[in-house]
Amino acid sequence: MDKIPILRLGAYLLVSIQVDLYDRLALTLEADLVQMVNKTGAKGVLIDISAVSIVDSFMGRIIGNIASMSKILDAETVVVGMQPAVAITLIELGLPLKGVHTALDMEKGMNLLKTMIGDSSGEEDQETDPDYDDTIA
Amino acid sequence: MSIKTHILLQKKKKNILELWMKNQLADEGLREDLISNDELRGQSEELINVLVGNLSGDNFTDFDSDEWSPVIEILGGIAITRARQGFSPRETGNFVFSLKEAILEVLQEEIKGDPQTLFTESLKINRLMDNLSIITFETFIKGREEVILRQTDEITEISTPVIRVWDGILALPIIGTLDSARTQVVMENLLQEIVETGSSIAILDISGVPAVDSLVAQHLIKTVSATRLMGAECIISGIRPEIAQTVVHLGIDLSNIITKATLASALAYSFKIMKLEVKRAGAVNKF
Repeated sequence: MDKIPILRLGAYLLVSIQVDLYDRLALTLEADLVQMVNKTGAKGVLIDISAVSIVDSFMGRIIGNIASMSKILDAETVVVGMQPAVAITLIELGLPLKGVHTALDMEKGMNLLKTMIGDSSGEEDQETDPDYDDTIA
Repeated sequence: MSIKTHILLQKKKKNILELWMKNQLADEGLREDLISNDELRGQSEELINVLVGNLSGDNFTDFDSDEWSPVIEILGGIAITRARQGFSPRETGNFVFSLKEAILEVLQEEIKGDPQTLFTESLKINRLMDNLSIITFETFIKGREEVILRQTDEITEISTPVIRVWDGILALPIIGTLDSARTQVVMENLLQEIVETGSSIAILDISGVPAVDSLVAQHLIKTVSATRLMGAECIISGIRPEIAQTVVHLGIDLSNIITKATLASALAYSFKIMKLEVKRAGAVNKF
């Protein structure tokens, strides 16, 4: 069966979805990712969906679930590279993905993660602008 | 008797055309600025040829018959051209009505001695020409509607430009009413541009939106949410006092959205987010 690889990079986990997700694959990803967060003690999860062109309400929910689960395990989730059509679809489906952080591309997503984790651990990057919050409130 | 009438009309075609042209040229509403006399004569001649050519004793009263389709086609063509050229309905109507007058005049001349026949034949001609006028009007209005539809499309196309005001900051001034179709276009343009330029802030300026009701607000919220999903921040600017009043009175919750009164303050806020500073040029040397 297909599997989506989860890469570990320091305190972060990287997931790049290169195929169109079908339901079973999404569920496997959800389970694997939570396992990995738990095992590695990752502080941040970066999900790249720039190659995903089709979503449905189930997919939207899975992404939301992953974010909530990671949050419980003390890891922030950032979804990067969403296609315009995907964004419009999710909005039309009434899924604004509350609680999920988003960024335009991998680089910006990584910066956002660093800022957020730096903020929460209180060790580095104290100059962060308090107004700069990409959370979908 | 009706057999006679159509033969008569065919014989007197020249006379009718001349009379018709005279009527049209004498009309005060003649639009020489829109159509030249030669062109008018050409149109008239074409119509009269087809009309008289297709007349026969039995189709006089049957307008559904196929024999009328060439006439209807030509009349439709003329009506649509006139609609596009900007003729008024009255001017277009007169085109057909003056033909009726011309035909009746010729008929009167020919069947002088027999009032009974003249009356029946006139009635038939009347009925025929009225039908033709109705067709003209239907096509004329259809032509006008096409013009309106095309203009609407054009307006939607041109009125949603996405402007790159700064590296990483996009502005989108919305002018005119925001409906579902337009929101879709605005949203698509904006999101596409965000991807292309990699901008992290989009400013939606609604100073040109005449009124905001709950539907428009819903559309705005949708656009903002979609922008956020892409990973960019969306600021709504250009909120006039009246609009602020309506929004609050309608009970629309915009508290999750960053709103600014003017484009300038939205830009200033964006600079702050991006940690950019704008300074007066002279200030660099002062300490």
